[in-house]
This record gives sequence, C-alpha cells and structure tokens, in this order.
Amino acid sequence: MNAPVNRRGWLRAGLASAGALALGACDKITNSKQGVAFLQSAEGLTRRAQRLLVDRKALAREFTHADISSDFRPNGSIDPNDPDYVALKTKGFADYRLVIDGLVERPLSLSLADLRAQPSRTQITRHDCVEGWSSIAKWTGARLGPLLDKAGLKPSARYIVFHCGDTLEQTLDGTGQYYESIDLVDAYHPQTILAYAMNDQVLPVAHGAPLRLRVERQLGYKQAKYIMRIEAVADYAHLGRGNGGFWEDRGYEWYAGI
Amino acid sequence: MAKPKKVLVYRHAAVTRATHWINVLALTFLLMSGLNIFGAHPALYWGQKAVFAHPWVLIGAEPKGADMIGFTQIGAAKFNTTGLLGYSGKVGERVPVAFPAWATVPSFRDLADSRHWHFFFAWLFVINGLTYWLAGLIGGHIRKDLLPTRHDVAPRNVWHEIVTHAKLKFPKGEEARHYNVLQKGAYLAVVLILLPLMVLTGLCMSPGFDAFAPGLVDFFGGRQSARTIHFLTAFSLVGFVLLHLFMVVASGTWNNIRSMITGRYAIIPDKTGEPA
Repeated sequence: MNAPVNRRGWLRAGLASAGALALGACDKITNSKQGVAFLQSAEGLTRRAQRLLVDRKALAREFTHADISSDFRPNGSIDPNDPDYVALKTKGFADYRLVIDGLVERPLSLSLADLRAQPSRTQITRHDCVEGWSSIAKWTGARLGPLLDKAGLKPSARYIVFHCGDTLEQTLDGTGQYYESIDLVDAYHPQTILAYAMNDQVLPVAHGAPLRLRVERQLGYKQAKYIMRIEAVADYAHLGRGNGGFWEDRGYEWYAGI
Repeated sequence: MAKPKKVLVYRHAAVTRATHWINVLALTFLLMSGLNIFGAHPALYWGQKAVFAHPWVLIGAEPKGADMIGFTQIGAAKFNTTGLLGYSGKVGERVPVAFPAWATVPSFRDLADSRHWHFFFAWLFVINGLTYWLAGLIGGHIRKDLLPTRHDVAPRNVWHEIVTHAKLKFPKGEEARHYNVLQKGAYLAVVLILLPLMVLTGLCMSPGFDAFAPGLVDFFGGRQSARTIHFLTAFSLVGFVLLHLFMVVASGTWNNIRSMITGRYAIIPDKTGEPA
C-alpha cells in the first residue's frame, strides 16, 4: 500500500545521492592540479580570442565627471603596515623613489616630483572588480610607455613587473607581498598610467598612495597599488609562486581581460 | 477493440540531439558555477557602476538574536530565506553564502575556481550553439521546424493550443509529427533570444571585450545592467527548463527522451483503418 511512497522515497534518495556524488566529483576536480589545469586551458583561448578581436590600441570607455562614483570601494590592502611603507607614509612620501630596473639600458630612480613632470594622461574610467561590482573614478598619472622608453627596454624584456609595498597575506616564504605583471602590449597602451591623483586629489592611501597602476581593459586586481619598483623581465616564473601576480598565485587568471 | 498501433517517426536529426545534450551539460555547469561567482558579490545594480548603498537585489546574512538569518532583498521588500539563500547548510553548520552548497560548483565558496569552470563551459556552450545555428540554418531545421507557419499564428489556432495545453491534451496522429505553435514559440525564444542574450551580457562584463564593443554595453544600459540581465536571463532559462521538463513528463516521458536520444518518436496514427 505504501509502495508508491517508498518508491518515491527511494527515487528521492537516489537522486540526492547521485547529485551529491556529482558535486563531490566536481570538488575533487577543483582540488586537483590536473583538473584545474584542464579547465584553465580555456584561459589561453580567451586571451588569444580577445587579442585577435580587440585592437591593441583600442581604448577602454571613458566617462564624464557626472559618472564618477562617490562610493569607490578600496579593495585588498587599504592601509599597509609594512615598516618601509609606514616610514614613507609618515613623511608624506617625501623620500619616495620609484625604481625602474631589470632588463633596461638605464635604470631609473624617480621622485614623485619627477613623475609629475613626465608625460601624463587623465582619464575617467570604470574599475571592474573580479567580484562583479564596478566603480568609476578620474585618474591622472605618468604614462608608462614613455617611462619605459626613457629607461630603454632591452630586447629580451617581455613583461613589466610591479613590486608593491604591501603584504596582503602573512606567509613564511614572503609570497604574500603584492605584485603584478603585464605584457608589453598593455604596458605601451595609451591608457596605461602610473596614477598619482584620483578625482583631482592626491591619491589616497586606501587607493594605493603614492602610486598605482591603471591598466584599463583588465580587472581590478591587475591595478597594482603602492608601487615601489618596476622591473622589466623576460619571464615571471621566478617571482612569488610563479604565476605573475599575487592573485594569479592564488588561482586567478593572469590575463584578466575577462 | 484492438489497441491502436504505434508508428515510429524520425523526429530529431543527429545534430539536434547531440547539441541538445551538450547544451544540457554546459548550461548545468554554467548555472552552478555562475551561482558560485555571484556569491563573491551577491548584489545587483542597474547602470554602469555599482551604488553600494542601493542594490536592487541583495542576498546576505545578518545576526538575529543569538543566531544568524539569511535574507534576500528585492527592491524594498526583504524576505527571510534562511536555509536557502544567504545562510545555508546543515543546521548547526550553516555558513553565510548566497546560494547553498548543493546548487554551486565547486560546492564551497571559491571565486577563482568557479570562474575556471564557468569560462571553460562558456566556450563549450558557444561552440555548441554556433554548431546548432549553422546546422539549423543550412539544414533548414530552423526554417522548416521552428518558424511558425501562417496557420500556426492564426489567433484561433493559438487559442486552441493554449486551451489544449492547459488541459494537458497533446496532439495525436499527423499533428504530432510537427511542433505546435507554443513549442515553436518557446524554442525560438530560447534559441534566438535567451541563449544569445546570455553570451552577449556575459561578454559585456569583460573589460577587454568592452574596449572592443562599448556600444553593446551601452545597449544593455551599462556593465552592471548587463550583469543584472545576465542573472535574470539565467533564471528565465531555469524557468524554461522546469516547464520543459514538466511538458516532457506530461506528454510521455520515455517517448520524448527516446526521441532525443535515438531520434525516433512514437505516434498513434489518426484512426485505424482510415487512410492517412
């Protein structure tokens, strides 16, 4: 008499355990190196497709003053407590020097005044966080391309690495230091700047004072803050955990155009 | 009276069957990884930018007395959705998460990996969809089987179909050889509107793609609007699938499933003895 109820019960239990098994399998794949590598094969496809489709110099959309966010959310480090950074901040970044070295002909060491005297660009752009939200701000900064030309890239240089002043995660091996890397296509893009001003004010600490990268056309985590040193490299495998950036070392895409 | 004899007709071409099941696989993973991605910022906005104080949809968890509750806010209305949205898991082991573990891939909150799942299956979904379109246009599936005829769209016929569907009475005999106007309308809406809308609004969330097609982002009303439409369209597809599964069961589960696997669909000819 209660057979249908039982049958329904069995069916439900069967479906539930099949579902749990499938989900468990997905988690196993997610936790295995080969599984993730397989899924990540799509990343190369995405990067190539976008590079093919999007003109190298195509500009990210620029907005008007009316579009600027009043609630731009600072993410990652918002007030680094690394001693070197704190020392610089206490003196209002008067002693700050941006070092540009690595595979360059003429290493540079630039003060904030030097940076402000460089060819600059101002742009009102949309910052797209990997989490899904967007905020709009006005950025002013030195264009990266002319600075790299000034230092003179060696032919072997393929990537530009940004070493940052903040430790975002405490680790024993020091891989918690923030860093980022971009290729030369993005480094020489006209909108790629080292921003020292936000919304016509001196760049606030929460947003990366004294200097942050703006590499429009990529997600928020590529916009490295608290930049101390810029290094031209042939390869980034020897840095951090070898994936080209703090978040890249924690599973995120190196190409963050998506 | 003898039972009327069934006749097997060839209903679905191989391309239709293959792309159908690949789509089932891809959309399942896209939905479940998408729900995990949404958990990284479980709020929706309209326009280009987020106004954090005024999302039009917000899922979250908040303390209530000694315990936590999960809530879902839509506009001005706020609902307690503990156990499903905002705060879920086994009682005593509940965690603050937008969608429950059983609905997401991976089952734990993990933005980096859910993005890997999402973009992998997005490529499969797009390649599969283009294959379907191309085969459907060249082979005539879309024109012959899906585009409604003049007879189909006659108000009288549409009304007749609505009434018979509501009574769960389905066409038999010759009529069962073809899709009826409600099926055609639903399938066309999915194939020509909802699925392309998923791809386009998804692409609009990519800052790289936006430099290529800023006009498309504007068309959707901005990046945050595109994200909202992506979410709404996903749930429209879930709605379609639920209705689709209901109709499959109501109109003959095994016959329908067989026809989508082997292509053969059984119909009962109009009246025995009468010439077809």
